[in-house]
Amino acid sequence: MIEIRNIYKSFSGRIVLNNISATFDAGRTNLTIGRSGSGKTVLMKSMVGLETIDSGQILFDGKDITTMNKKERHLIRERIGMVFQGGALFDSMNVADNVCFPLRMFTNMTPEEMNKRVDFCLERVGLSNVHTLNTSELSGGMRKRVAIARAIVGNPKYLFCDEPNSGLDPQTSILIDNLIKEITEEYNITTIVNTHDMNSVMGIGEHIIFIHEGNLAWQGTRHTITQTSNQELNDFMFNNELTKLLKASVQK
Amino acid sequence: MKIFSEIGSYLILLKNVFQVPENPKLYRKKLVFELQALGINSLPIVAVISIFVGAAIVIQLAANLSNPIYPRWITGFSSREGIMLEFAPTMINLVLAGKIGSHIASELGTMRITEQIDALDVMGVNSASYLILPKIVACIIFSPIIITVSTFLALLGGWFFGTITGVISSYDYLDGLQLDYTNHSLFVGLIKGFVYSFIISSVSAFRGYTVEGGALEVGHASTRAVVESCITLIIANLIITNLLL
Ligand SMILES: Nc1ncnc2c1ncn2[C@@H]1O[C@H](COP(=O)(O)OP(=O)(O)OP(=O)(O)O)[C@@H](O)[C@H]1O
Ligand SMILES: [Mg+2]
Repeated sequence: MIEIRNIYKSFSGRIVLNNISATFDAGRTNLTIGRSGSGKTVLMKSMVGLETIDSGQILFDGKDITTMNKKERHLIRERIGMVFQGGALFDSMNVADNVCFPLRMFTNMTPEEMNKRVDFCLERVGLSNVHTLNTSELSGGMRKRVAIARAIVGNPKYLFCDEPNSGLDPQTSILIDNLIKEITEEYNITTIVNTHDMNSVMGIGEHIIFIHEGNLAWQGTRHTITQTSNQELNDFMFNNELTKLLKASVQK
Repeated sequence: MKIFSEIGSYLILLKNVFQVPENPKLYRKKLVFELQALGINSLPIVAVISIFVGAAIVIQLAANLSNPIYPRWITGFSSREGIMLEFAPTMINLVLAGKIGSHIASELGTMRITEQIDALDVMGVNSASYLILPKIVACIIFSPIIITVSTFLALLGGWFFGTITGVISSYDYLDGLQLDYTNHSLFVGLIKGFVYSFIISSVSAFRGYTVEGGALEVGHASTRAVVESCITLIIANLIITNLLL
C-alpha cells in the first residue's frame, strides 16, 4: 500500500502539485488520470523519489520514503518496477539484456533461470523473437512492451506505469491493461497507472484519481465515474459522441 | 557565485561515484567495455598525432638549432624532454579531452534526457557509480599506456622524418635522446597523465550526468565538457610543472 499525504510540488515558483493526498491499495489497479500537463508524471516521479517534493509524505507500507536514508530507499527501490512514459530502455543493450538487467544486478540467478524468466516476461507482453534486437530497431509500441517486461521481471511489490499503452494499437492496449490487472491481483502488487486512455479507465479502473491542474479534483472507481457531476471530469472523460453515448447508456 | 555551486555539485557527484559497486561482476563487465570504448579506440588518433607532431617537433628544433655553436646532441635532447614532459601528456590529453570528453558527456547526457539514468535510480542502482566509475577507472588505467605509446611514437616519428629529410643524423639524434637520461621526465609525464585523465573523465561525466532539457542541451553539455576539461587541464599542467620541476 502506498499513501501520499499533502503533497506540494512546484517548479521555480509554479505550483504543479497542490496538496494531493490519496491511498493506493495493494492488489488493485490504481489509475491517475488527467489532461496532458496536469501533473501525472510529476506525481509519479515524486512518489518514487525522482523528484523531490516541497512538502508532504509518501508512505510505502507505512514508511516515509522522503525521510529515509539512502540504504532504506535502495531497499524499497529494488522492489519497484517502473515503466517510463518514453520507455527509458538502455540503448547500449539489446532487448533481452534490458529485461534481464534487474536480475543481473540484484539476484543470484543462474543464466538459465534468468533466460527463462526473461522469456516468460517477454511472452507475457506479447513479444517473442525480439531478444537480440537493438532498442533502436523497435517500434514505439514494442519499446513500451519491453519496458513493461523489464518492470515486472523482478517481481516488483510496487508497479508504476506512466502511460503504458499510449502509442499502442487498441488490441495491444487491452492486452497490456489486462496483463497489468492480472499480475497486480496475482502477486498482490501496489500498482499505479497514469493514463488518459478511456478504454483503460473503463476496463481496469478499480480506483481512480483525477488530477486537474495540479489539484486532486475527484476520486472514485470506473463504476462511479459515469455518475460524476464534476464538470472538469465530465469534460475530460465524456468529450466525444462515443463516450457520451456510453455515459447515457450507463445512466439509464 | 554559480561556479562555487557547480564545484560543489561536482564534488557531491564524485562522492556518489566513489562507492562500493552493488554488483562487482556487472561493474567489471562495464569496465572492460569502457577500456575498449575510451582506451583502445583512442589509440589510432594518438598514434597518428604522435608520429607527425613528433616529426614536426624534431624537424623544427633541428632547423632552429642548426648553428654550430650548439652541441650536436641538442636537438635529440630537447625533443626528448619536450615530448616526454609536455607533448605526450599535455598535448595528447588535450586532444583526448575533445574525443573522450565529448563522447562521455553526450553518452551520459543522452541517457539523462531519455530517462535511462532515472530508470537506473528507480531500480535502486547507484547510477553515478555504475555509469561513471568504470569510465574514470578505464581512463586512468589507460593513461600510462597512452603516454608511453605516444612518447615512443613521437620520438620514432621524429627520428624517421628527421633523418629521411636530412635535418639531423641518426647518430646525433639517438645520442641526444640518451643524454643524461633519468626516469624523472617519465615519472612527471605519467603523473600528469593520471591527473589529466581523471580531470577529463570526471568533468565530462559531470557535464553529461547533470544535463537538463533536450538534445540541444546535450550538445551544449558536450561542448562545455570539452572546454572545461581543457581549461582545468591547462591549469593543472601549470601547477604540476611547477611542483615537479
Ligand atoms: N522538470 C520540470 N521543470 C519545470 N516544469 C516541469 C518539469 N517537469 C514537468 N513540469 C511541468 O509540470 C506540469 C505537469 O507535467 P507532467 O509531465 O506531470 O504532466 P502529465 O500529466 O504527465 O502530462 P502528459 O499526459 O502529457 O504526460 C507541466 O505543466 C510541466 O510543464
Ligand atoms: Mg506524463
